[in-house]
Amino acid sequence: MEKTTPMVEFKDIAKIYHNNTAVEKVNLKVNHGDFVCLIGTSGSGKTTTMRMINRMLEPTSGEVFLNGKNIKEFDPVKLRRKIGYVIQNIGLIPHMTIYENITLVPKLLKWPEEKKREQAKKLIRLVELPTDFLDRYPGELSGGQQQRIGVIRALAAEQDIILMDEPFGALDPITRESLQDLVKDLQEKLGKTVVFVTHDMDEALKLATKVVVMDHGNIIQQASPTELLNHPANDFVKKLIGEERLIQARADITTAQQIMLKDPVSITLGQPLKSAVSLMRKRRVDTLLVTDDDGYLKGYLDLADLNKYNRVTSVSDIMITRLFKIYTDTLIRNSAERILKQGLRYVPVIDHQGKLCGIVTRSSLVDMVYDIIWGGSEAEKDESADSTQGGEVQ
Amino acid sequence: MAKLNLWQQFWFYLGENGNYVLAQFIRHFLISIYGVLFAAIIGIPLGILIARHRKLSGFIISLANVIQTVPSLALLSMIMLVLGLGVNTVIATVFLYSLLPIIKNTYAGMQGIDRTILDSGKGMGMTRFQVLYLIELPMSLSVIMGGIRNALVIAIGITAIGSFVGAGGLGDIIVRGTNATNGGAIILAGALPTALMAIISDFILGILQKVLTPREASINK
Repeated sequence: MEKTTPMVEFKDIAKIYHNNTAVEKVNLKVNHGDFVCLIGTSGSGKTTTMRMINRMLEPTSGEVFLNGKNIKEFDPVKLRRKIGYVIQNIGLIPHMTIYENITLVPKLLKWPEEKKREQAKKLIRLVELPTDFLDRYPGELSGGQQQRIGVIRALAAEQDIILMDEPFGALDPITRESLQDLVKDLQEKLGKTVVFVTHDMDEALKLATKVVVMDHGNIIQQASPTELLNHPANDFVKKLIGEERLIQARADITTAQQIMLKDPVSITLGQPLKSAVSLMRKRRVDTLLVTDDDGYLKGYLDLADLNKYNRVTSVSDIMITRLFKIYTDTLIRNSAERILKQGLRYVPVIDHQGKLCGIVTRSSLVDMVYDIIWGGSEAEKDESADSTQGGEVQ
Repeated sequence: MAKLNLWQQFWFYLGENGNYVLAQFIRHFLISIYGVLFAAIIGIPLGILIARHRKLSGFIISLANVIQTVPSLALLSMIMLVLGLGVNTVIATVFLYSLLPIIKNTYAGMQGIDRTILDSGKGMGMTRFQVLYLIELPMSLSVIMGGIRNALVIAIGITAIGSFVGAGGLGDIIVRGTNATNGGAIILAGALPTALMAIISDFILGILQKVLTPREASINK
C-alpha cells in the first residue's frame, strides 16, 4: 500500500437505471486517512456512489480503484470483507448475540476462536460498553448502543476503509452527537479511511476532512469544511450550508492560531529578575510569559509578585506555574466564553508539544465578535489586529 | 352390548381392539407426516425461490391455490386414477394439499425479513448461501414452521378420507362404524383419536414455532 495512491478512486463513474440517471459523472479521490462526507439532498446519488465502492452496485460506466487496483478484479464477496459497512438501520442480526454480530466478518474469514474473542473484547472496550454485553442480543440494547456495535462490527476484521450510509440518521440528537465523537475519535486513533454519506450539514462539517457536495448525480464541490464555509462554489452549496451557518462559520472554524498574536513577550527560566523588569519596561507590559530555553511554556511572571520578592534573583523562583492556556488548533468558539468570563486579559497559545506560539487577547476576541455581528471584511480585521498589538498586555 | 350406553360401548371397543386402534393411529400419523415432509422438501425451496424471483411468485402461489380449491375427495379420486389404490395415493394427496401453506409461509417469512439486515449481511461480505443460512432461514424459520403446522393439521383430516382408497388409518375405523348398525361407538373410536392427533400435533408444533421465533421479535411481543 503506497501512500501516494489514493485509497479509493472514482474515474468517470456513471450509474443509470433504465432511463433514470442516478450518478452522471463522478471523479473522486479518497486518500488514506481521509474522512470523506458525501452530502446532498435525497436523490443526489450520494448513496449510490458509496455503494459502488464495495460493489453493492455496479457502475454503468467508468471504473473504481481500490489502492490502485480496479475493483472489478476482486471477487465481490472478498472485496466486501475488506471494507467496513455501516448502514442507517444498523442491520445487526437479531438472532445472533452481540459477540456473534461483532465477529461476523472474522467468522466469514475463518479466524480462530481465541482471536475472535480477543478482538470482540478489545472492540467493545473501545466503545466503552461492558464486556458482558457480548452475550446479549441486539434487541436488549438501546438504539445508540446498537449503533456503537454496528460501528465496531465494521472494524472487526481490521478493515482499512469503512463505508457509512447515514449511520446516525435515526438516533436522537444527544446520542447522535456522542456517536459522531466516537467515530471521529476512532477514525483518528486507528487511522481508518471513512466514506460517510449524510444529509446533515452539521454532521458533515463536524466529521469530515473533505466534504463532497453532490446534486443530481454530479459533484458540485469537494473541499475541506473550512474551505467549503469560506468559499461555497455556488448558490446550491450556499443553500445547503444555510445562511446562518455561513455567518456563524467564521467564529466556528476560527482557531486560536488564526487570531493569536505571534510575538508574545516572554522570558526564559534562567534569566535574572533584573532583565525581566527591564524587559517589562521596554515592552510596556506588566506580565511576562516564562519559557525554557527551547521555547516550552512554563508559567508567567506578574509585576505585583516582582515587588514582593525583590530578594530572589531568578525568574524561575517566583513565576506562577498555574495558568490557563489553549492549543493552536483550539476553536475560539470553545474557549472565548471562558476567556471573557474569567476576566483573563490574555491567554497563551501553545502547540501540542507545549511550545509557546502566541497569545490571544481580549481585544482580538472583540474583533472577532465585531466581525460576526457586523460582517466586517477581512481587510478591516487585519488592520484592527495590528492596532491592538501595542495594547495587548498592558 | 345394547345395554351399555355410548361411552361404555366406546371404552369397551377400545379395550377389545386397543392394539388395532393404536396401529391405525400410527399408520394414520405416518401417512400425514410423509405427505407433509415431502411437501416441505419441495415447498420450502420453492418458497425461497419465489421470494428471490418475485415474478414467479404469482404463478406458483396461484397454482398452489388452485390445488387447494379442489375438494379433497375429488383430488383423491383423480390421483387414484394415476397411482391406483393404496397408501401412495393418500400421501400424494396430502403432499399436494400441504404445498400451499408451506410455500406461502416460506415466501411470507422470507419477504418479512428487514431488507436492511440482508443488505448489511451482503455488504459485509456474505455469499448468497451464507445470507440464506445465517440470516434468512433462521429469521423466517418460525413462519415456515407455522406453515408446516397448518399443513399437518389439514393432512390429518385428509388422511382420514384416505380409507376410501384403501390406505388404512383411523379413517378405516370411522367407515366401519358408519357401516355398522348402531356403530356410534366405533365412529368415536376412529374420530376421537383423529381429533386428538390433530390437536396434539398442533400444540407441539406451536411450541416448536415459539422456540424458533427470532429473539428480537419475541422481545417486542
